[in-house]
Amino acid sequence: MLRFAIGALGVLGLVAALPLVVHNEYWFFAGYVVLQLIVLATAWNILGGYAGYVNFGTGAFFAVGAYTAVALYKAFALPLGLQILAGAAASGLLGFGVGMLTLRLRGIFFSIATIAVAIVLETVVLNWHYVGGAKGLPILRPAETPFFGSYTVWLFFVMTVIAVIAVGAARYVETSWIGRGLRAIRDNEGAAECSGVPTLKLKLAAATLSGALMGAAGAPYAQYLSFIEPTSSFSLNHAVNALAMPIIGGMGHWMGPVIGAVLLGTLQQVVTVTVSSEVNVLVVGVMLVVFVVAAPEGILGLVKRWKKASSK
Amino acid sequence: MEKSLLEIKSVSKQFGGFAALSGVSIDVARGERFGLIGPNGSGKTTLINCISGVLPNDGGSIVFDGEELSGLPAYQRTRRGIARSFQIPRPFASMSVLENLVVPLEYVVHRGSLHLADTEAEAMEILRGIGLADKAATRSNQLSQVELRKLELARAMAARPRLLISDEAMAGLSSNEVSEVLEILFKLNAAGITIIMIEHIMQAVMKFSQRIVCLDAGRIICEGTPGTIVANPEVQKAYLGA
Amino acid sequence: MPQVAHPAFLVMGAYATYMLAGYGIDPLLAGLLLMPVFFVFGLGVYQFYYSTFEGRGSDQGLRGIAFFFGVAFIVQVGLILAFGVDQQLVDASYIGSSVEFGEMRVPQRMLVAFGVALALTAVLALYLSRTFTGRAIKAVAQDEGALRLMGANPVRIKRWAFGIATATCALAGALLIIVGPVDPNLDRLYIGRTFCVVVLAGLGSMSGTLVAGLILGIAESIVLSTAGTSWAPAVAFGILLVVLGVRPAGLFGR
Repeated sequence: MLRFAIGALGVLGLVAALPLVVHNEYWFFAGYVVLQLIVLATAWNILGGYAGYVNFGTGAFFAVGAYTAVALYKAFALPLGLQILAGAAASGLLGFGVGMLTLRLRGIFFSIATIAVAIVLETVVLNWHYVGGAKGLPILRPAETPFFGSYTVWLFFVMTVIAVIAVGAARYVETSWIGRGLRAIRDNEGAAECSGVPTLKLKLAAATLSGALMGAAGAPYAQYLSFIEPTSSFSLNHAVNALAMPIIGGMGHWMGPVIGAVLLGTLQQVVTVTVSSEVNVLVVGVMLVVFVVAAPEGILGLVKRWKKASSK
Repeated sequence: MEKSLLEIKSVSKQFGGFAALSGVSIDVARGERFGLIGPNGSGKTTLINCISGVLPNDGGSIVFDGEELSGLPAYQRTRRGIARSFQIPRPFASMSVLENLVVPLEYVVHRGSLHLADTEAEAMEILRGIGLADKAATRSNQLSQVELRKLELARAMAARPRLLISDEAMAGLSSNEVSEVLEILFKLNAAGITIIMIEHIMQAVMKFSQRIVCLDAGRIICEGTPGTIVANPEVQKAYLGA
Repeated sequence: MPQVAHPAFLVMGAYATYMLAGYGIDPLLAGLLLMPVFFVFGLGVYQFYYSTFEGRGSDQGLRGIAFFFGVAFIVQVGLILAFGVDQQLVDASYIGSSVEFGEMRVPQRMLVAFGVALALTAVLALYLSRTFTGRAIKAVAQDEGALRLMGANPVRIKRWAFGIATATCALAGALLIIVGPVDPNLDRLYIGRTFCVVVLAGLGSMSGTLVAGLILGIAESIVLSTAGTSWAPAVAFGILLVVLGVRPAGLFGR
């Protein structure tokens, strides 16, 4: 635990010092996306990788966070920190709600419900004119930037903090008895229940935490783009990314989603710029299928196997 | 008269139009060795599922140590002292044998986690008692059939139950292995655990049980000591086809 | 079976019909011709799915769903890359003209689609209840072990069922493009509609599917005329969520 805390502080310190060395804002702009992916992938993995329940509606949780933040910012000029908390709370509530509705049933019902929720909410937002509806809403960033001088850099730092919190939470869950309970649920839910594991409660907790973190990732989105509109907020790409990155990186360990997010995120930036954004999406889809079929334990799994083989 | 540990009162269970259990009533005394037999499809596992809470019973009531169990989810029943093994073993496949036992220890006995090393030591104790200590670090999906059966029992034991239900733990085992498992069950009973044994291996059931109930098509057709059961013509008829 | 790619296959069927229609083949005929092709394709997909994922450890459920999700996604993007995001239409003798029923005018293509869909449902229902394989398919959903004991191989049965399901995508896709223009993003909408109908009907009920489909269709039309097109996509999913909360077994399910 201590090692992780020191590492986390180190990362934050490094990030805080970056603007002294890196002056081109583009790097922070692009880096923000990768950080966002880290949070989404890590959040997804808490319910998906640890407990085995697949969320196809990451976009919904992300967008709920974003739009909650926008609505509150427009109404009360809420500071960023509170926007993030509100976004997290809203998406956490959504996770709890969807969970209450479907986690008593077979896993596929939960997955379908997440798709359903994504589309229903997107339709609702499309018709909600206060936040811009289908046309979207331009957002004016606050005039003053705490520290850093540039609001983009500030957002980058804030997202790093969120990422550290997300990874820290995932790590805590994974290594605690809660993580063991979730793994028992994933391995054999019936046996887990008969071994004293309160399966519904744990699943609900995981769904709520997962949703809340996704909402936190979404909250600064409008500030980041200076604009918000439904299609990109609810985009299916969020769902595919959040699903693909832990699978590619490795679902059993908190490092997996991070690795998947960094690798895939960087790859995506490169492909979008050099080829096209459609091909980029195709690449993610193909990699997902390839890894699911051939390397289900992800990169971390491959590394483990390679280490075992080379130590013989 | 001392109150029974488990009172099953007129329990029924339907699946669509099919009556898996009809008006089953059984009393199991504290510390008793109780046998449950019956041909395939007679409702034994359904009854166990109703007791352990995996399935809700449609009619009647199930009272454990004076407390009505209806409506309680399975994990709460385990926490109150009812543990069961599964007919077809259901290990936590991604975990080692040791870790399989840590789960019930953390969730039933300690309701939280102690220092992991202490919990693992407790788990090792149980594994030693059942003869699986040397497999502690093995991933549970790599065990042999008899080892899996033992793990099922060990995991049920790790919940420190007052009532242990063993669901066909000996099916498909060799006669030596059957003796091994039987010895473990005797030991547990000697330590004060009430045991309900479901088995098809008549030798084992007769040897082990103080009282036996025979089910057929969801109803009790005979109840009594092993001697009574063996002599009963209804039981013989029910088993001729099995 | 977590076949979330089914609607994607449906849209694929629609586009395949479109391609064949480009050669002058009547779309309905194209759909029928495509059925055996899709059937074989379905067999192949199931075989791959089974040998890679079924019953080997705890992760398989998740991997299976993820696999089909990935496939659906690839199909969708593939269609975009091949055909573009714009809508595509087909032409036929019965498209464009209407039939009069007293005061109402019903577009002919709707009647055609309705008739074919009804016929297809009837054929499937008969198949499932009258033929051995059909009954085996129903049985496999209820009790695989018992089926095995009766000498039928559940894997082959499931593969056959998957093939049939995929084949229906071909015909249904043809009907789809007959009824209206299609674009690659349609599969998202149809995931909602398909699952909504299945959940509303309850698993295992063929006649229930018809009723549920009708209910959904009517609901969508009502919403379309009262609240406008911007709310229509949510109807299917909205109903789905309500059913899940109130009566997950569906109207007719076991």
